[in-house]
Amino acid sequence: MSTGARTNWLRELIRKPYFWGVVAIFALLALNVLKDPNYLALSVNPVNGNLVGNVVDILRASAPILMIAVGMSLVIATGGIDLSVGSVMAVSGAVAMVFMKDAGQSGSLGVALGAIGLALLVSAVLGAINGVLVAYIGLQPFISTLIMMLAGRGIAKVITEGQNTSATNDPFRWIANGFVVGLPVVFLLAIVIVIIVGLVVRRSALGLMIEAIGINPKASRMAGIKPSGLLLTVYILSAVLAGIAGIMSVGTVMTVDVSRTGYQMELDAILAVVIGGTSLAGGKFSIGGAVVGALLIATLDKTIVFLGISSSATPAFKAIVIVVLCLLQSERVRSWFSQRRKPPRPTSAPTSVPPTQQKQEVTA
Amino acid sequence: MSESLPIVEMRDISIEFPGVKALDGVDFRLFQGEVHALMGENGAGKSTLIKALTGVYKIDGGSIVVGGEERQFHGTRDAQSAGVSTVYQEVNLVTNLTIGENVMLGHEIRGGFGVNWRATHAAATEALARLGLDHLDTHRPLSTLSIAMQQLVAISRAMAVKAKVLILDEPTSSLDAAEVEGLFRVMRTLRDQGVAILFVSHFLDQVYAISDRLTILRNGKYEGEYLTRELDRHALISKMIGKDLGTLSSLGGNRRVEQRDYAAEAPLLAAKGLGRQGSIEPTDLEVHRGEVVGFAGLLGSGRTELARLLYGADRADEGEVTLNGTRVDLRNPADGLGRRIAFSTENRRDEGIIADLTVRENMILAVQAERGWARPIPRKEQDELVEKYITALNVRPADPNRLIKNLSGGNQQKVLLGRWLATNPELLILDEPTRGIDVGAKAEIQEAVAELAEGGVSVVFISSELEEVVRLSERIVVLKDHQKIGEIVNGPAITAQHVVDVIAAHGVEAAAESGIIDAEAGSNPTEAPHANAHVFAAPEEES
Repeated sequence: MSTGARTNWLRELIRKPYFWGVVAIFALLALNVLKDPNYLALSVNPVNGNLVGNVVDILRASAPILMIAVGMSLVIATGGIDLSVGSVMAVSGAVAMVFMKDAGQSGSLGVALGAIGLALLVSAVLGAINGVLVAYIGLQPFISTLIMMLAGRGIAKVITEGQNTSATNDPFRWIANGFVVGLPVVFLLAIVIVIIVGLVVRRSALGLMIEAIGINPKASRMAGIKPSGLLLTVYILSAVLAGIAGIMSVGTVMTVDVSRTGYQMELDAILAVVIGGTSLAGGKFSIGGAVVGALLIATLDKTIVFLGISSSATPAFKAIVIVVLCLLQSERVRSWFSQRRKPPRPTSAPTSVPPTQQKQEVTA
Repeated sequence: MSESLPIVEMRDISIEFPGVKALDGVDFRLFQGEVHALMGENGAGKSTLIKALTGVYKIDGGSIVVGGEERQFHGTRDAQSAGVSTVYQEVNLVTNLTIGENVMLGHEIRGGFGVNWRATHAAATEALARLGLDHLDTHRPLSTLSIAMQQLVAISRAMAVKAKVLILDEPTSSLDAAEVEGLFRVMRTLRDQGVAILFVSHFLDQVYAISDRLTILRNGKYEGEYLTRELDRHALISKMIGKDLGTLSSLGGNRRVEQRDYAAEAPLLAAKGLGRQGSIEPTDLEVHRGEVVGFAGLLGSGRTELARLLYGADRADEGEVTLNGTRVDLRNPADGLGRRIAFSTENRRDEGIIADLTVRENMILAVQAERGWARPIPRKEQDELVEKYITALNVRPADPNRLIKNLSGGNQQKVLLGRWLATNPELLILDEPTRGIDVGAKAEIQEAVAELAEGGVSVVFISSELEEVVRLSERIVVLKDHQKIGEIVNGPAITAQHVVDVIAAHGVEAAAESGIIDAEAGSNPTEAPHANAHVFAAPEEES
């Protein structure tokens, strides 16, 4: 019976749109193991009991991507896009660093909390501007957030007066570099936040309404949904998550580099969402898929470094992996594979399933 | 009609979807030079049979013989090369290309340097001429044509490949009577040229007007093939729904013979001078509790526009609405919903269903929207709600977790009706709730309306089928040219003809007053001026 349950579970997993994302993560890890058989080895630091290893590094690096990917998946589900998340990360990091630098008191928890609070507040304001432009003014999301993407870097530069700004604050640094029960704080924090967002979205009717607007905005309005407030909420949420990502990102080195922090992270977030099986056309979304996508991007980045691929070839390598993934997810390629594998039987149901139903199964 | 071998012969066709036998041993024949109607309720398997014939679905059993040769279609291209062409329910043309490009799309005539446009347009003109449409300029963009003319272009596009079999799936659902007549002219021309035409329509009058022979399907099974002139309507409907007409004719009894005296009661809703620039002139209107008010008028008369103002779907720019004696400002649908008004749109696909969500999600959506996202409806309550309306409205299949886009049109309409009833409305506005759905579902929806009114819900009922409006409503508001031109208190003596007379009389007055002929300046210039009464030739199958 247990084998039956297991195959069922496996079949479920294979049907998930992010199945190939999971496969790709393991494939990349296997590639690393080929280069170094000890790649997956974890050791315990004898001094403080923390886990040390490449996998821990990957988890730590995935935290900021997780944040922005989850926000992005909600924005994309409404039929929009948020190109400003990378810049919001920079703004958030800049606000936090400048605040702590000016406050001094390197051991103060209060200063750290103040920096975090202010950074998230500023992020929320930027998100609200995106939201107002999209929901109330009616600008296209691409344009509104493109403006914010450009403006955000400028704002970050103004805040830091164009300098790379460093500060010392131990509680703040702990967020990015600390460990709890042997695991990196930053990853645990990211997972907790993802779970909270996931619960809020799926346990409330927010998810249903986001999907409804994404699929058919006109019909949603006729059903009494007020899209403006929802859109505003989603853009603010995306920006606040980006703000958290910015804090995580600058906390590692306790320095904000306004031209590097969060640079092109919006693209990673979009890729993570797509790898997770959410359509850029909006509608159905999967937070689990975004998590898989984010973990894959982080693994990919680390693998590129580990394999020693030259920095000039890095984008090409990344592109190849993602293209292969998208091909594997494409319905046409999938049906081609399944037809190749088993020749069509005369009474086999799958060949006669209308395309819409096939799609339903895949996205279910 | 040719007595030779059929051009299409489908024998013992079976198609299975997971868990459903969509077609079970269906036979179908089609002869050259005939118009053959395929009849059946929604979900009877009409579309599935068509898709088998056009190569969209693969058949699991049976055989398809086209032109004397057994065929295995692996896609629509195979079917097309066998001479089977289809015009689907929704016109699928490219509106921003020219008429000629649309007709010849994919079959452009090639010369030494790519496409020879001159020859292509000449061929397009020729194809259009076959349908008597040679007056069209093939260089004009398609978007300048009305939907009806686009439909005819779609047919000539289908015929451009020298099709021997033409399939028309619900070609008339968005056409008015004059346009339907134009379409029928073209169909007869083609039939006389020897083309075999398969025609699907929910309008029985049209089926009787155009078809020579018909095949009836019921629940995916073959019911029989008949000569249209030998089968009367009652027999046809009985065979389609598989039961006696009892339920349908009892509807006649639902008509309120006794009129309540509403004058003494304060109205539930009163509109004063309610209007919106360019869509409806200022209008006064009262709706009482438990009253069914019909809006009658041609397409584009302002009946939908007025209804939208009452819900808040559009915002009025003048006049006021009082509800239960309180003045209300309806700025958006949420406002209407919050005041216990519900509006079921005539545009089911674009403004009604959320295609990729389930039946359950579609049904609870309005209630959920009213509560706000932070207060989700508990799963148990959802289940009760959905179960209740699936049963009450007889939604088939009764599976709340199926995506709504996989339901037939009539059942989608029932789910939407359930969505609005779940909000517990005081005023329910139904805009064309029975359009494009089959007789059985239509009767069920009409019955539901009558029951609602008994239960004290006020209903505004809008339909192009005037008989339906007359049968259900206690009072009929007549609209024309974006304004209300009169009200008729319904009674046993009132018939559709009275309403037609009101509209026609108004036209004469207007013409007399202004000294010009009221040409029914409608939405499209290519359409010939037509008599008002035409639209009311719309069918009335149950009578």
